[in-house]
Amino acid sequence: MLRRLSRNPILRRILSTFATLIGVAVFVFIMLRAIPGNQITAGLGTEAAALTPTQKAALEAYYGLDQPLVIQFFSWIGNLFTGNLGFSARAQESVLSLTAQSLPVTFELAIFSIVLALAIGIPLGMLSASRPDSPRDAFGQVVGLAGLSIPAFLLATTLLAVLASSFGYNPNGEGFAYFFDNPLLNLQQMMLPSIVLGFGIAAPIMRTTRTAVLEIRANDFVRTARAKGIPSRRLQFKHVLGNALVPIVTMTGLQFGYLLGGAVVVEQIFSVPGIGRQVLLGIQQKEYALVQSTVLVIALAFVIVNLLTDLLYRLIDPRVRAK
Amino acid sequence: MQGSTGARRTSFGIFSIATAVALTLTGCAVSNSPSTGNAGGGTLVVGVTSDPDTLFPWKATQFQSVNVLQNIYGTLTEFDTDLNVVPGLAESWETSEDGLSVTFALRQGVTYADGSTFGSEDVKFSLEAIMTEETAAVAASSLASVTAVDAPDENTVVLTLSAADAALPANLAVLNMAMLSSDDTEEALNTTPNGTGPFLFEERTASQSITLAKNDAYWGDTAKLDTVEFRVIPDESSIVSAMQGGNVQLAVFDDAVVAQTAETGNVTVEATPQLSYHALQLNATRGALTDVNVRLALQCSIDRQEVLDTAALGEGEITGPITSPAYRSDTSDRPCAERDLDKAADYLAKAGKSDGVTINTIVSQGEYSTSVNEAQNLKSQAAEAGITLDIEVLESGAFVDRWIAADFDAAVALNGGRPDPDGMYGRYFTSTGNLNQVAGYSSPELDELFAAGKQSSDPEERKEIYAQVSAELENNAAWIWLFTSYTYTATTSDVEGFTPMTNGSLQSLRTTSVN
Repeated sequence: MLRRLSRNPILRRILSTFATLIGVAVFVFIMLRAIPGNQITAGLGTEAAALTPTQKAALEAYYGLDQPLVIQFFSWIGNLFTGNLGFSARAQESVLSLTAQSLPVTFELAIFSIVLALAIGIPLGMLSASRPDSPRDAFGQVVGLAGLSIPAFLLATTLLAVLASSFGYNPNGEGFAYFFDNPLLNLQQMMLPSIVLGFGIAAPIMRTTRTAVLEIRANDFVRTARAKGIPSRRLQFKHVLGNALVPIVTMTGLQFGYLLGGAVVVEQIFSVPGIGRQVLLGIQQKEYALVQSTVLVIALAFVIVNLLTDLLYRLIDPRVRAK
Repeated sequence: MQGSTGARRTSFGIFSIATAVALTLTGCAVSNSPSTGNAGGGTLVVGVTSDPDTLFPWKATQFQSVNVLQNIYGTLTEFDTDLNVVPGLAESWETSEDGLSVTFALRQGVTYADGSTFGSEDVKFSLEAIMTEETAAVAASSLASVTAVDAPDENTVVLTLSAADAALPANLAVLNMAMLSSDDTEEALNTTPNGTGPFLFEERTASQSITLAKNDAYWGDTAKLDTVEFRVIPDESSIVSAMQGGNVQLAVFDDAVVAQTAETGNVTVEATPQLSYHALQLNATRGALTDVNVRLALQCSIDRQEVLDTAALGEGEITGPITSPAYRSDTSDRPCAERDLDKAADYLAKAGKSDGVTINTIVSQGEYSTSVNEAQNLKSQAAEAGITLDIEVLESGAFVDRWIAADFDAAVALNGGRPDPDGMYGRYFTSTGNLNQVAGYSSPELDELFAAGKQSSDPEERKEIYAQVSAELENNAAWIWLFTSYTYTATTSDVEGFTPMTNGSLQSLRTTSVN
């Protein structure tokens, strides 16, 4: 029975997803509690020293800290199955509704960044590959290296400072506009963070493209096609790029997953109320339920994106499908 | 190679589309922003780095929460901009001859945001709830001397005290003593504040912004602004660029360097000394520090001005224990007002520790920017006197845990100050004070002095008493007081009528206007 299950690729996938999520849940739960301090000291700071035992007990009961850890863990997991991700005492809102507001924002940011990164990375990679070890290749490599090595916070603060002090332009200084409330302002506010994030991801995409194009061009079928007199442009796009897409899609999917959780710095600097900032605030306030559930949501998103990437390259690459 | 031309052309095509889109968006933004900045002249946007962590006034200790809620809730007494106690919801108060009861005459015609009327039953309800331990109100200990709260009529409240308490009026002026409506519950107020202050709560988007609107029914002068929005911009330098972009009109910074970058064009920055103080806390119940001579040796080995100059770029003032303007300690009147290594050696010899001592010192990282630098400077200065400060750098949560448990020999700390010296130090340095374990020092002399300070209602006499408290603390090197820093209030040129206060309060938002 088990063996039959493990042979079914889809079932196997679901099982491993489930195992991953449980692992994440346990890990986050333990790590959070390993950090010194709790919600009471996070809120009251050193003032917490003045609490009498009765006051302290009252607060612990309010935050649910009076329960044993095992009970806390299982009541959290149990609640997850009913769609209850917990409650944020700071925001006075359920974690589910906070996540419903913040996840789409990060999702939007991630899509823009990826589009921008592809728009920079693929042409640049092809440019580099078109004549390896030439000045043009060096140019591509240098831009790629810059994208990898300039830290996001530096690029972000520089962009903000230069635009604001020289041109008085800073859409991110206004209150955040959700896309469906004010699309124009929303796009302006997403522009700078997308540029910063996109520039960072453009580098790995550029390098992947370069390597893939070089590899494929060395294949026999390209030589055959060229010999058959297929126009160079068509050859470049249909045959070479078409095949190079497989590793590019894999790399993009991976980066997209990281973006969902990794936009913390950029969201912080540009005041974008995404899921990265939600986690950060939760950690600062030691809001256990908020951090645990949000991290789990990010992990789930990561797994789903990976699954979609898999499906996508089955679609692109017939060889994978055949397996 | 022809093929590459195609690729290049395509990439340039994408580039130019991206550039065009970017330019279009930029163009729109530039034409957009002036109109959104200050429509109507009555909207002020205050840039803040974090969201209030609670909207419930009795539990609010976070700076941001206090600043926001102070504009919404009323207290029996208030501070004016010089931190003198002035009438608030109580129009006047009178202390009985023996000092054992205080009668408050309440202001009439005051209403809550929900329209209900403020009266003596609300005061009775609030004070009694604050004193109840299960409420976990942080100001409970300020009412320790209160044994009964009576409301003989609608506009009168009588507090019966176990002992005279001159600090009571000042203690009643803080937000944690807010007068709530007796119909309200903590649960309701967590989402919908209901106060008697100059502003009304309008709306909040968690972690993004909180907006207050002018309270037309306010008992005092009506606020000039129509609305105040506290906009959360987590990064201080992003607040600076938001001010330069014209989206934020007022912000308060802790960091001198950030404040400096803000001061351009139409943004002015004002430095205000603070009540909060930097100190090296010594735990006189542990190890070598139980000997007063070791503590004094350490004190004599420190040049405070050098700590201030190296750790905080000289931005601040050296200080004694009491930082409020009315009671300020004289920094020249202390043992080793100037650094004196010979004296330090004498004290060590007296303690029989001429070979040197080692003191474990905790310091937090990340809570405030100068902490680790202070510790390093203190360490190098003390080392020249043969005292080794063994520095343990802790994440701020871990620091708070250790601090609360008084699990340290010495601690580099930034503590909050209060206008009244009894409220500020009574809880630390009286033997029954609820922070005495953390302070690590008490003496019969101090107990007596603090009791006398509470008994006396004569300002001159109190000044004299707290000067003695200062002397007692420094002569015994209970702690080593270092310096107070500034906060920096940045305003754009269209903001008028805002007065920064040494307790960091934003209460003068009620007199502020935007042109």
